[in-house]
Amino acid sequence: MPSTPAIRADRGQPSSQAGRVALNRGFLLVCLVATNFAVLLLAVLLISIAYKGLPWLFDFASIKASFSEGGDGFAGFKHWFRWEFFTEFTSRKAKSAGIRAPLWGSVWVCAICALTALPVGVGTAIYLEEFAPRNRVTRFIQTNIRNLAGVPSIVYGILGLTAFSRLFRVFGADEAWSIGDPESLFYLQLPFGQGVLAGGLTLMLVILPIIIIASQEAFRSIPNSLREASLALGSTKWQTVWNVTLPAAIPMIMTGSILAISRAIGEAAPLLVLGVPLFISNTPINMMSDFTILPMQIYNWASRPQEDFHGIAAAAIIVLLVVLLTFNAIAVFIRQKLHRSLA
Amino acid sequence: MSTPASPTPASPHPAVPFGQLRKPEAGNEALRPDPNAGRRSAISAKAFSSWYGSFQALHSLSMEVPVNEVTALIGPSGCGKSTFLRWMNRMNDMISSARAEGTLDLHGTNLLAPSTDVVELRRRVGMVFQKPNPFPKSIYDNIAYGPRLHRSMGRSDLDDLVEQALKAAALWNEVKDRLRASALGLSGGQQQRLCIARAIAVGPEVLLMDEPCSALDPRSTAAIEELISQLSEQYTIVIVTHNMQQAARVSDRTAFFYEGRLVECDETERIFTRPKHKQTEDYVTGRFG
Amino acid sequence: MRPKGMSSVPLPNLSGLPTPGSPNADQGGLGSQRSGDLLARAAQRGRPRSGPARVLTERLIRWSLFLCATLSVITTFTIILILLKETVTFFAMPEASLMDFLFGLEWTPLVGAEVHFGIWPLVCGTVLVSAVAAAFALPVGLITAVYLSEYAPSKVRAVLKPILEILAGVPTVVYGFFALSVITPGLKWFHDGFASFNAASAGLAVGIMILPIVCSLSEDALRAVPKALREGAYALGSTRFDVSVRVVLPAALSGIVAAFLLAITRAIGETMIVALAAGGRPQLTVNPANETQTMTAFMVQIFTGDAQAGSVEYQSSYAVAFVLFVMTLGLTLVGNAILRRFREEYD
Repeated sequence: MPSTPAIRADRGQPSSQAGRVALNRGFLLVCLVATNFAVLLLAVLLISIAYKGLPWLFDFASIKASFSEGGDGFAGFKHWFRWEFFTEFTSRKAKSAGIRAPLWGSVWVCAICALTALPVGVGTAIYLEEFAPRNRVTRFIQTNIRNLAGVPSIVYGILGLTAFSRLFRVFGADEAWSIGDPESLFYLQLPFGQGVLAGGLTLMLVILPIIIIASQEAFRSIPNSLREASLALGSTKWQTVWNVTLPAAIPMIMTGSILAISRAIGEAAPLLVLGVPLFISNTPINMMSDFTILPMQIYNWASRPQEDFHGIAAAAIIVLLVVLLTFNAIAVFIRQKLHRSLA
Repeated sequence: MSTPASPTPASPHPAVPFGQLRKPEAGNEALRPDPNAGRRSAISAKAFSSWYGSFQALHSLSMEVPVNEVTALIGPSGCGKSTFLRWMNRMNDMISSARAEGTLDLHGTNLLAPSTDVVELRRRVGMVFQKPNPFPKSIYDNIAYGPRLHRSMGRSDLDDLVEQALKAAALWNEVKDRLRASALGLSGGQQQRLCIARAIAVGPEVLLMDEPCSALDPRSTAAIEELISQLSEQYTIVIVTHNMQQAARVSDRTAFFYEGRLVECDETERIFTRPKHKQTEDYVTGRFG
Repeated sequence: MRPKGMSSVPLPNLSGLPTPGSPNADQGGLGSQRSGDLLARAAQRGRPRSGPARVLTERLIRWSLFLCATLSVITTFTIILILLKETVTFFAMPEASLMDFLFGLEWTPLVGAEVHFGIWPLVCGTVLVSAVAAAFALPVGLITAVYLSEYAPSKVRAVLKPILEILAGVPTVVYGFFALSVITPGLKWFHDGFASFNAASAGLAVGIMILPIVCSLSEDALRAVPKALREGAYALGSTRFDVSVRVVLPAALSGIVAAFLLAITRAIGETMIVALAAGGRPQLTVNPANETQTMTAFMVQIFTGDAQAGSVEYQSSYAVAFVLFVMTLGLTLVGNAILRRFREEYD
C-alpha cells in the first residue's frame, strides 16, 4: 500500500470555465455602470444648477451683443456679468436680490472658525500623538473625538445656541454686558447673541474633530527616526515638535484643514439653530454683528415657492461651488507637491 | 525602577561595587573581575536588567565602558545589545512598555534615577542611528540644530562650530560649498557622517552608535570606520554592530551578548583570539548567529 | 523602588570632554587631534540656555496642549448635559408626558388645541429617508469601491477619486436644492403618486450625499486586506470576480459593515436636504412617495420658526434632539468599535 493516498482532483463535475468568465465579465459591467453612475450624477447636478443659475450671473443679451455685428468682442466683458448679484443685499424681488451680506458673512464666520479651530485642533493632535501617555485617559479622549465626528451638525447648533449665544444664561438676558461702540470694530457683548463670533465658534466645534483626525494622521506619517534624531541631541519633546515634526507635518495638516474648512463653508444646519435672522441687509462690522452665510441664504431662497428665487439660489450655489472647488484644488495641489517632495 | 547603588540585603539584584569579585550566578557565569578595573569608566552597569512589558530583554548584566575607548557590543539579533545601548541615553523612554532595574551610571551617577534630566543626559551622551536620519533641513541647520537648543551663540561662533564639527566628521571638504543645500541631497554615507557631525556638535562625552554602517555601502563603511577610530581619541564610543570584522577593526573592547545576557566582555583582541566561553568562540568564528 | 537620596542627586557637572592632557591624547593622527580640540572649544562658546526655564516652558506647553485635548471631551459632556437638562424641562411640562413621547403615534405640536408628542412619526420619517438613501448608496457605493480597489486601472482611479472627492465636498444644501429642482420633478414625471415634497426625493439626495463616504470607507476596508490573500486566490486559478467577491469581500466584511453604519449615521443626522425636500408633515408611513418629516427637519422648523423660546413645542425639539443624539451616537460607537477591531485584525 502506498504511504500517501493519491490525490484525486478529478472528482465531481468540472465547473463551466465559460460560465465563470461570463460571470467575471458581467460583474465588471455592473461595476462600470455603478461607477459611471457617480460620474453621471455629478454631471447632472452641475448641469442642472448651471442651467438654472447662470442666467442670474451673466447677462447673456450683452454677451450676444458683444459678438454680434458691430459688437466690441472681448473688450466689453465688463458688461457680461450681473455685478449687482454680488453688490446687492437680499430683496423681496429676486431680480434685485444679491449675495453681498452672505458673502461677507461667510468670510467672517470662516475666518473665525479657521483661526480658532486650527490651533486647538493641531494642539490636540500634537498632544495625542507626541505627548500623551498611552493610558486610559488618552484612549478615552481618542474614542471621544472619533465619536464626535459622527454627531449630526444640527446638534452642535444646539450646543452653540446654549454655550455661545446665551452663555448658559449666566449673564441673564441678551446684551447684559457690553463694551465699546456697537458701530466700531472693537465691540464686545456678553452673551455673544447671534453674532459672527457665536457662528464661527459653533462651526469651529463642528470641524474640530475633522481637523484633529487629519492632523493626527499627519503626525503619524512622520518617521520616528526624525523624532529620535532630535531627542538624541538633547532636545525636549516640544523642541522636537516645533523644529522637526510640525514643519514636516504641515503640508498634510494643511490639506486636511482646507478640506475641513470647506466643510464649514458649506455647513448651514448648526447656524439655523442659532436663530440667525434670515433677512440681513448689512455686512458684519464686528464680532457681534448679525450675519447670514451663503448656505443659509441658499436654503432661504430655495425654500420659497417662486421659480425666480430658485434661479438666484442656483446662482448663489455656483458661487459657493466655485469657492469650494478652489479650496479643493489648493488642497489637492499641496498634496501633489507633498507626494513629489517625498518621492 | 532601579536598585540602589550601594548593596542592600533586600534587593533582588545586589549591586556589587565595581572591581569587587562577584559570585557567579546561574546563567551569568560570564561575570568575572574586570582586568581593567583600575581604568576610569564613563558608563558602568551593575546588575542591570530590562523588560519590554513582561518580556525580559536583558538579564542582570554588569559591565564597564572605559573613557575614550571604543566598546563594541556584538551578538545575534534580538540579543539585547541595542536595548542596552538605548538605555545609555534613555532613548527607551519613548517606548512606554520598556523599564529597567539595576544601576546604569554615567560617571558614577545613576542615569536611571527619576531625577535625571533626560535632556541634559542626551546632550552629554549623543547617538547615531542605524539609518542616517538627517532632518529635512539644510546641511548647516542640521549641524546647528543641537547647539542652538543648548546655547545662545553668536552667528560667527555658530559658523565656526559648524565648520569644526564637519571637519571632525571628515565631511567639510565635500560640503563646504553647499552648506545651505538640503541634507537629503547627500549620499547615504555622507548623510551618516553628517549625523555624526550633528551629534558631536553639541559637545557630548559619549557617542552611542547603533549599527551605524548597516545601511551603507562598503566604501562609506570604510569612511565611517576610519572616522570612528579618529573620534575615539576625543570621545567614549559604544558601537553596536552585526559585523564582527567591524568590531575587530574599530573597537578596543568587545562585549558579546547572547539572549539578553552578557556572555563575555574583554579586550577585543582577546575576544577574537582567546575567548573564555565556548558560545563566544562559536559566534566569533561564525559557527552560529 | 528608588531610594530617596539617590533621586535628588542631579547629574554631576563633570566635563568628560577630553583635554589635551587626557590619557589618549598622544595617540592617533595629529591633524584630527587639533580639529577635535577646536571643536571642543567651539562647542563651549556662547551662553548655555537656562535649564529651569526650559523645564518650565515644556511643562506650560504640555499643559496648554492637554487643555486643547480636553476641549473635545468638554464638548461631548456639554452636549449631553444641555440635552438632558432641556429634555427634563420638557417632560416636566403639563402638556408633555414620557409615556406619550415613547408610545404615542401622533406628533402634532403645532396643531391647535389637541397637541400630541409621540416621537414615532418623526423616527419613522428619519428611518424612511435613511432607508431610501441606504438602498441606493450602499450597493452603488460598495460596487464602486470593489471596482476601484480590485479592477480599476490607475488612470481610471486618477479620474474617479477626485470626482468622488468633489461629490463629498458638495454642501448638503446644494443636494437639497438638487432634490427639490431635479429629483422631485423627475419622480413626479415618472409617477403621479409622488407628492411635491416626498421621502423618496430627499432619500435619493441623501443617498448621493453619503455615496462618497460609503465608497471611500469601503475601499479603505478592501485595501486593508493583505495582498498575499489575493495572490493565494489567483494562484488557485480564480478569476478576478472570484477573488474580489469570494475572497476579498468576505475578508473585508466587518470593515464594510462599519463603513455602512457610519454612512447611515450621516444619513440620519442630515438636515438641510430633508428640510428642503421631505416636507413638514410628520406621519407614520412606509410609502416613500408621501410627504414626511424627519427629526432634524422638525428641529429646523422649530428653531427657525416663530415658536416662543421656552414654550412646550420649543422644548419638545430638545427631546427630539436627544433621541437623535442617542441614535447617532449608538451607531457611531458600534461602527467605530467594529472598525477598530477590523484594523487590529490586519495591522
